[in-house]
Amino acid sequence: MSHQALSTILFLVFVALTLGITFWASRNTKSAADFYAGGRSFSGLQNGLAIGGDYMSAASFLGIAGIIALSGYDGFLYSIGFLVAWLVALLLVAELMRNSGKYTMADVLAFRMSPRPVRTAAGVSTIVVSIFYLLAQMVGAGALVGLLLGIHSEAGKIWTIIAVGLLMIIYVVFGGMKGTTWVQIVKAVLLMTGAALVTLLVLGKFGFNLSGLLGDAAAQSGKGDAFLNAGLKYGTEAQGIWGKIDLISLGLALVLGTAGLPHVLIRFYTVPTARDARKSVLWGIGIIGTFYLLTLVLGFGAAALVGSKTIAEADKAGNTAAPLLAQKVGQDIFGEVGGTVLLAIIAAVAFATILAVVAGLTLASSSSFAHDLYAHVFKRGGATERQEVVVARIAAFVIGAVAIALSIFAQSLNVAFLVSLAFAVAASGNLPAILYSLFWKRFNTAGAVAAIYGGLVSAVVLVIFSPVVSGAPTAMFPDADFHLIPLSNPGIFSIPIGFLCGYLGTVLSKEYNASKYAEIEVRSLTGLGAEKATSH
Amino acid sequence: MTVQHDPSVYERIQAGEQFQELRRRYRSWAFPMTIAFLVWYLLYVVLSGFARDFMGTKLFGNINVALVFGVLQFVSTFLIAWAYSRHAEAKLDPIADDLRGAAETRDEVGEGAK
Repeated sequence: MSHQALSTILFLVFVALTLGITFWASRNTKSAADFYAGGRSFSGLQNGLAIGGDYMSAASFLGIAGIIALSGYDGFLYSIGFLVAWLVALLLVAELMRNSGKYTMADVLAFRMSPRPVRTAAGVSTIVVSIFYLLAQMVGAGALVGLLLGIHSEAGKIWTIIAVGLLMIIYVVFGGMKGTTWVQIVKAVLLMTGAALVTLLVLGKFGFNLSGLLGDAAAQSGKGDAFLNAGLKYGTEAQGIWGKIDLISLGLALVLGTAGLPHVLIRFYTVPTARDARKSVLWGIGIIGTFYLLTLVLGFGAAALVGSKTIAEADKAGNTAAPLLAQKVGQDIFGEVGGTVLLAIIAAVAFATILAVVAGLTLASSSSFAHDLYAHVFKRGGATERQEVVVARIAAFVIGAVAIALSIFAQSLNVAFLVSLAFAVAASGNLPAILYSLFWKRFNTAGAVAAIYGGLVSAVVLVIFSPVVSGAPTAMFPDADFHLIPLSNPGIFSIPIGFLCGYLGTVLSKEYNASKYAEIEVRSLTGLGAEKATSH
Repeated sequence: MTVQHDPSVYERIQAGEQFQELRRRYRSWAFPMTIAFLVWYLLYVVLSGFARDFMGTKLFGNINVALVFGVLQFVSTFLIAWAYSRHAEAKLDPIADDLRGAAETRDEVGEGAK
């Protein structure tokens, strides 16, 4: 049997299993708390796995391993930002958010503000961030299937995007948060097992001698010792000072973005108490950290065993480094069949990874549309829970359909930058609004609205006039050139702009409500009046 | 007739000594630690950009400063997460439970009060 056929079968098993879970979850999803927050009845460990499943995208699995395999150390730099970011979530956001919010990020922001403008801003930001992230994942899925299953036709990519889109719509519309969480848990277990298995085989081949592995990787890469140091991809010496500032800008967006990503934030509502939210982030940090250490071995292992040249020939961005490595070690250790089986497993895990992530994003954006925009802005708080859930399901369908259409349109464009843009917007707009809401007594409606729009608009505008959109061979529109700024990552400017807008908006407005601040402060720190779990 | 501002339940709890202590214990741990790990992380990113000769120094075999520094970021992240959970369980949770329990028995804030 070919590895393509085996991959397809394994993937279909995953789809059948997750559809079964979705069907079960749909029968247990009745109230709004079930749909938005999975009844708040997941344990810390379950939610920790789901956090891992939500966060470890195909971009981090195939992408980071690929960057390491082609450009060495720089890929590791990326994963460190992704991991350290969870400390912001743990220390400042997770528990307080669980205690004071209900279903969406905007619940915390609107707590002591005028609800309509704040929910509109937060809803817009949530949907924009989620769609950016969604597009990058879905276009990536189209490209991946070509690489992994050997389907290189245009039609093949389009059908893959449609299939991924339809599955994510089904998971969210029928399964809600409960179904989506279980899909993410299953995916996290599969991904960790697959990555750990290949890592062990690679380390085994080198007699668990990391230095030997690195030496071979450096030699095979053709770049020597530079391969083991920063600077081959981000902030290269050839790019000069702006390249290095760009690297710092990327680092800032990665470390500050996570705690402002809406699909990450809503995960804190799925557990019964703030203490469980803390435990779930602790599990999440353990799982995600271990995973990134595994990708380090996978990336350098791919360079050492497969060779950077072969990897670059298969895919310019190196996305097939991990699957090719799996095939190679499988072959070396278990023979031809072993290589086929291991490649098939890793390819199927990669698809499962994409599905779990896109489902989380669709859920975050449709929840915000229904709960923030429909129920509180259009209906001014007059919608029933039943109506809200119906609207959330319709929104999931519409957002999914829009994402499919946009992804098909964008599939020939280089949209990989949208992931780092999503992090930049989250760090520049959402994070200042959340931190000010939780910790600054004086903060008010004008400040919240200014922070969100200021951060969102400055990040997006800076990127439009950057080399990732035009003026470079790797740009989204390589034939046009309207770039004005030498930076690809807007964070270093847009994050301070977001915080400054929040500050200025606040002090320029007279609104000030000490008693509402007392309420959010007491509630967020003590858990008084926090939403309870609804089902077990 | 003057309208007197009647302090809410939350304002009374907020003004209380116990809550002030909880707030102090939370902030005096979380805020400096956040600044510390952000500075530590940015130091790593800046050195990766501007001090590549130093980062490329080999320590043993092919293991260089860059790799050790990167792995130390993982170690510090795991340690801070573990230390925070210890701090929260020992110093924050008991006071939070106390305050919540007291307010709930007084029935000042009903179940799921908004």
